[in-house]
Amino acid sequence: MQMVCIVCPNGCRLNVEQTEEGIVVSGQRCKRGEAFAIGELTDPKRSVTSSVRTTVKGYPVVSVKTDGEIPKSKIFELMDMLKNVTLHEPLPIGSVVIGNLFGTGVNVITTTQMEETDE
Amino acid sequence: MKYDVVVIGGGPAGLASAVKAWQGGASVLLIEREAKLGGILKQCIHDGFGVVRFGEKLSGPEYADRFVRALKETNVQVSLLSFVTRIIKQDNMYVITYVCKEGVQTVQCDRIILATGCRERTRNGIFINGDRCAGVYTAGSAQNLVNMLGVMPGKRVVILGSGDIGLIMARRLTLEGAKVVGVYEAKPTPSGLTRNIHQCLKDFDIPMYLSSTVTRVFGKTRLERVEICKVDEHMRPIAGTEEIVEADCLVLAVGLIPENEIARDLNVPIDGKTKGAIVDQNCQTLVDGVYACGNALHVNDLVDYVSESGETAGASAVKNHKRDLREIKTVGKLLYAVPQRLDVNSDVDGVIMYFRASEELSDQRITVRADGETVFTKVYGKLLPPEMERISVDFSKAKSLGEITVTLEDK
Ligand SMILES: Cc1cc2nc3c(=O)[nH]c(=O)nc-3n(C[C@H](O)[C@H](O)[C@H](O)COP(=O)(O)OP(=O)(O)OC[C@H]3O[C@@H](n4cnc5c(N)ncnc54)[C@H](O)[C@@H]3O)c2cc1C
Ligand code: SF4
Repeated sequence: MQMVCIVCPNGCRLNVEQTEEGIVVSGQRCKRGEAFAIGELTDPKRSVTSSVRTTVKGYPVVSVKTDGEIPKSKIFELMDMLKNVTLHEPLPIGSVVIGNLFGTGVNVITTTQMEETDE
Repeated sequence: MKYDVVVIGGGPAGLASAVKAWQGGASVLLIEREAKLGGILKQCIHDGFGVVRFGEKLSGPEYADRFVRALKETNVQVSLLSFVTRIIKQDNMYVITYVCKEGVQTVQCDRIILATGCRERTRNGIFINGDRCAGVYTAGSAQNLVNMLGVMPGKRVVILGSGDIGLIMARRLTLEGAKVVGVYEAKPTPSGLTRNIHQCLKDFDIPMYLSSTVTRVFGKTRLERVEICKVDEHMRPIAGTEEIVEADCLVLAVGLIPENEIARDLNVPIDGKTKGAIVDQNCQTLVDGVYACGNALHVNDLVDYVSESGETAGASAVKNHKRDLREIKTVGKLLYAVPQRLDVNSDVDGVIMYFRASEELSDQRITVRADGETVFTKVYGKLLPPEMERISVDFSKAKSLGEITVTLEDK
């Protein structure tokens, strides 16, 4: 089976085979490629970046990201959760918006430093 | 007011150059037309920035934040919501006119750093016919709507262009609930990173159509349909292959061009290939005292190199010496190489050069020669025009620095 590693911009083309000894991966330029391929077959995960609404002046929305990876199958569930979040005060960058997603320990954090503006 | 250095543009290039110039002892003013610093990175909320520089996958705003923080540690003056309208040279100084909340202002300076970024190609630039209807956006303006204003540009979206920005917008609009009908690319191969084709398109079952383009748009007030056509190898539409696709939004991700209006006013010679200023290894243009960096100089695909060129410009804008410029000629299958000049009166060791191949090539060798003598050579298994390469060349080893060439040829 063919796969592309998305861990870094190199995008190595991986050859993945299910053998009796387990999953055998080749084509990776570093060991993260092997972990990625095994993850893709057993429990695919992704980081997600998006935005949430705010009532703070100058920020109709503010950017957020997951601070780790969540199961790929949960991405749209997360998007629905983010639709229900509204921030009401200017938060420093890295503030937790939703904690412990799906029990994974991964949080959604802000990625923009919000500042009070007078414009 | 008079400053040693005025930086125009507060994106990553401008931020890096302002900090460096200040560290070099200069008084610095940074002029930015928007309300916040960070440039285009403010709206690039996806991750993947800073892998080269920080060894981390940051989102665009996080990457920008690190440089904004560094700037706040300095005494660099910042003027936001300020748009530069005119620059003239008077009595060996530059006089900059800009419009801001306080009205029309002028400042004087010895050196100018142009860090104005790039602009996107629009519908007029790529010849799409049809109705003048709403719903046609450049990828950057669509990105701004969704990521900065929280407004969706449409529900059924066609994306033209398979570069990274097009791919990233396909995923972003899908996540926010739009139906992306497809990504159409006129070339026979996708322009974006393989990684983005997988994580942005394949993950979300978004189809990509190669050798296809949008030839016409239909809609009374709002876009209703687009006409898609197959194209031949010269990218000309093939008659009889027309197909109508329903869509209320067309996103054009068809390329970036350095923003060089100010450079033109200053009569800065422009490179026909990069569409940015011709510079030496210190990012100084052919006009003494005017520097260019970041996407205003040439369109970069990695922001890490944008910051690097900003730092080069900032560090050299505080130096004073008479230049002696040699042309760096490009030979063979190079789309371009930057810098285009070598100032032999300043440091010539560790000269950073960026280049792109003119087409997809394998087993290539790049060679830099000075008067026929090889000063640098490197072999590449594969080269793609969308992926810029960076080399560091030590010219100090050369016996003489008369005719300098960069050649890309079969290995
Ligand atoms: C839509 C889009 C998406 C991109 N996505 C990615 C990506 O995913 N990854 C990546 O690595 N790179 C991406 N890039 C490339 C990105 O532009 C560069 O990485 C980097 O942001 C360029 O930095 P810069 O400082 O040269 O320009 P910019 O970030 O564009 O900053 C230029 C600044 O100059 C200001 N300015 C311009 N003219 C004037 C004037 N006359 N007066 C005052 N101020 C002025 C502008 O307001 C702006 O703030 C993207 C580019 C675009 C256009
Ligand atoms: S295998 Fe390693 S080098 Fe290759 S894409 Fe994955 S992380 Fe990058």
